[in-house]
Amino acid sequence: TFHKYLDPSGFGKSLPEQGLLLLVVLVLLEGSVLPLGAASSPDVSHQDDSHNHKVADHGVNATKKVFPVLDVDYHHIQTPFEISLWVLLASLMKLGFHLIPRLSSIVPESCLLIVVGLLVGGLIKLAGEQVPPVLDSRLFFLCLLPPIILDAGYFLPIRPFMENVGTILMFAVVGTVWNAFFVGGLLYAVCQIQPANPSSLHSIELLHCLLFGSIISAVDPVAVLAVFEEIHINELLHILVFGESLLNDAVTVVLYHLFVEYAGVGTVTVMDGFLGVISFLVVALGGVLVGAIYGILAAFTSRFTSHTRVIEPLFVFVYSYMAYLSAEMFHLSGIMALIACGAVMRPYVEANISHKSHTTIKYFLKMWSSVSETLIFIFLGVATVDGPHSWNWTFVTVTVILCLVARVIGVVGLTYIINKFRIVKLTTKDQFIVAYGGLRGAIAFSLGFLLDQNQFAHRKMFLTAIITVIFFTVFVQGMTIKPLVELLAVKKKQEAKRSINEEIHTQFLDHLLTGIEDICGHYGHHHWKDKLNRFNKKYVKKCLIAGERSKEPQLIAFYHKMEMKQAIELVESGGGVKLPSAVPSTVSMQNIQPKKPPPAKAAERALPQLPKGREEEIRKILRSNLQRTRQRLRSYNRHTLVADPYEDGFSDLLIKKQKMIELEKKMNNYLTVPAAPPDSPTMCRARLASDPQAYSMKPVSDSVPVIQVDLASPQSPDSVNVMDEFRRANQEEDQGLMMKPPQGSSGSNKPGEADTTRDQQRLMRCLSDPGPSADEDEDEPFLP
Amino acid sequence: MGASQTRSEHKYQDLMDKTGFSVEQIKNLHKRFEQLSGNEETISRENLENIPALANNPIRRQIIGAFFDKRNQHQNEVGSFEEIGFEQFLMVMSHFRPPTLKTTEEERETMRKEKLRFLFNMHDTDNDGTITLEEYRKAVEELLSKSGAIGQEGAKAIADAAMLEVASTNVPHMAPDDFYEGITFEHFEQILKGLEMESRMHIRFLDVDTTTMRCGRSTS
Repeated sequence: TFHKYLDPSGFGKSLPEQGLLLLVVLVLLEGSVLPLGAASSPDVSHQDDSHNHKVADHGVNATKKVFPVLDVDYHHIQTPFEISLWVLLASLMKLGFHLIPRLSSIVPESCLLIVVGLLVGGLIKLAGEQVPPVLDSRLFFLCLLPPIILDAGYFLPIRPFMENVGTILMFAVVGTVWNAFFVGGLLYAVCQIQPANPSSLHSIELLHCLLFGSIISAVDPVAVLAVFEEIHINELLHILVFGESLLNDAVTVVLYHLFVEYAGVGTVTVMDGFLGVISFLVVALGGVLVGAIYGILAAFTSRFTSHTRVIEPLFVFVYSYMAYLSAEMFHLSGIMALIACGAVMRPYVEANISHKSHTTIKYFLKMWSSVSETLIFIFLGVATVDGPHSWNWTFVTVTVILCLVARVIGVVGLTYIINKFRIVKLTTKDQFIVAYGGLRGAIAFSLGFLLDQNQFAHRKMFLTAIITVIFFTVFVQGMTIKPLVELLAVKKKQEAKRSINEEIHTQFLDHLLTGIEDICGHYGHHHWKDKLNRFNKKYVKKCLIAGERSKEPQLIAFYHKMEMKQAIELVESGGGVKLPSAVPSTVSMQNIQPKKPPPAKAAERALPQLPKGREEEIRKILRSNLQRTRQRLRSYNRHTLVADPYEDGFSDLLIKKQKMIELEKKMNNYLTVPAAPPDSPTMCRARLASDPQAYSMKPVSDSVPVIQVDLASPQSPDSVNVMDEFRRANQEEDQGLMMKPPQGSSGSNKPGEADTTRDQQRLMRCLSDPGPSADEDEDEPFLP
Repeated sequence: MGASQTRSEHKYQDLMDKTGFSVEQIKNLHKRFEQLSGNEETISRENLENIPALANNPIRRQIIGAFFDKRNQHQNEVGSFEEIGFEQFLMVMSHFRPPTLKTTEEERETMRKEKLRFLFNMHDTDNDGTITLEEYRKAVEELLSKSGAIGQEGAKAIADAAMLEVASTNVPHMAPDDFYEGITFEHFEQILKGLEMESRMHIRFLDVDTTTMRCGRSTS
């Protein structure tokens, strides 16, 4: 099917010619060698390449052909080969840009890629070949665009999007319509009042101009993403421009089809206009509905994937793509369908799938969207070289100017109206960035390309103008937006990772504001959000999320996610090695837990006087458990440590967590932190393999406490006299391994019989659970 | 009509200066106040507890408590009221005003501090100037109170982790024997710096005068 798009007689022609030469040489060689084997050797070269046959016939006797030991059959693999070649080219280019030190910080990637495309197109043209129509609309809309939109939709930050959805819709719908009519109308007027020579411009009809206006006025999500990704502006502006670029698809689709339809007829009545409005609602809401349905299907499917984790990512991709295709089938807005699908399915799918699948989805989406984006820009460059062009100074320059002017007026006018309804108003700086960030891109070009040459006589001129506008916005606006952002001191994105405190208070605020709204007595934004959340919790989550997690409150889900992330980070950084932290902190739980006055200090220091039998028992337990520890440790390496916990499913982890909590309650809750006595390998190893609770208590932000534990190599502990360890630990005061007497109220164990319990504590310290639920068959903590 | 309007404006002028609301907003809030209090001069806790919509709110008690907290009246008093009048009601509500386009950077700072102070007071129930671990635990428990058993178990761990985070961010180097008393207001400000309270902690106050929509009704 791709044959249509990548012209066989185009780019690939040079390669078969070379292959042919090789074949000739080989066959001549073969002709001088004894012909091999069987009488009826199959004719391997099975295509219409006449040269091949002729050459083969010459070097061979009448009855049988020479068995071709080496054959070149280019046409067989031509299409996938060319596709791969393009993708490879795109990726290598991307690599190359980042290797050149200063380049990527001055020039945005999109510009560089377009230049590369221009070069490649130029080279092909120089070689005398016909440039393949790479930016064919079907290829673009069905293959190149969906990954980018899905990536955007799946990772769409829902909260800022929803908070600003009114503003975004205003810009997307009203702004685009305004732009289309302003540009189209004024362009028609300018063309009409052309002085002097009866230029071809006179013959443009109004509807054609309006159609052109609607094509050129849509802000392009690909271009916006590409440029805005590099400037890191604050979340609000990013979501405004980006959201607008996504939601204006519905408007573009409707306007485009409307004008294409009626351009043929020549007139548009009020009825048609009215139908257009209805059509817009159908397109937009229909697209969202289709997307939401597929999203819910995907979420529901993911509920049952606990036994086939491997294909989980597939469901996400396939359902989303089908949502896109289904929407396109009905001429609904495919982009909105994709966004809706991704946004709807995400919270439920993420609660159901394994951690690895989550990573897979994330990286596949990023990879595909990155490659797509790169290809799109390169193809834009190639298509520019290809043409067909028809340059008309007036038309093109007027278009560019009108686009800019329309955008500015639109943004300023709309902001004036919007600010009356917004609580946090948009400042002039914000308006400038929104206006300046209205970049056009490949969608406009593809839509122009779709126009029928017979119906639209000025198609070439339109395409030229579109390309010029695209180049202008991407190069000029794209390159200058970064310095402008710096100059205007626009607020940048906050890099800090979300902390548990922020999450607690975000939730707290949500409830607080809902409560205050209820006291005030009017149903505002928060009230409805709260209602939706409760509905979600009560009904939807139960259907779409498997098992226990359906009841998990959001805060706890966040907390678990953080713990996991930290545990992974910890393990990936080598286990005991110093964790990357900006502000190494020595704070640990012991600094926070309320202190109780310690009983007679003297007793604490004394060695436990254990009855002989007890000591033997303890020794036996220690030995056996240490052995187990050692075995486990030997089989550990950085990679296997991560392997196990996340495959068991989350509920198992929760159960183990429970046990850990209980274990912790019985233990003294001193979590491992720094200043461990470096000369006790057993302790080191034990702490390396200490319980996950220890790790989970660490804060997420940069100021993660330093764990200075050496990843001791699993030496044989046989020689270690464990009781000596106790003695040594005892004497070392104020180290992290301090054994304080048990605390009363915070749920830890009661003092009881001082000696044995203290001993037990020391035992537990030594033998703390090796690793986050790594060992499946260790079901209960090995307390004596 | 004209005379009564100026009289009401004068009556509200004082309140406008103190709280920053506009006349329209104050009038609407007064109407609500009368609705809640049953046309009395003051409202008590029961009046607020009877609001049906609040029943589902996990931190209901703290919200209601905040209205009766003397610390939120900006008059350096401590303790709590039994009943509050309209002025106190309005004072508490004024914490939820959004910044306008004309708000300067300084004013934004003050606003942020004020809002953070409100939140701090909600957590610091014994008014000792710090949020201790117990108080924080309680706060998180309340937050998760509508989430059943899972909520309760997780609450302690989360509160502990959060406290640890505050301590590590603000006092990174503590000896093992040091004890972190509790979150002071400065530390509280520090950890919530990223949330930009002045842009988040606000609700929409109605400006429209709803009485004009009801034809023929006599109003005060």
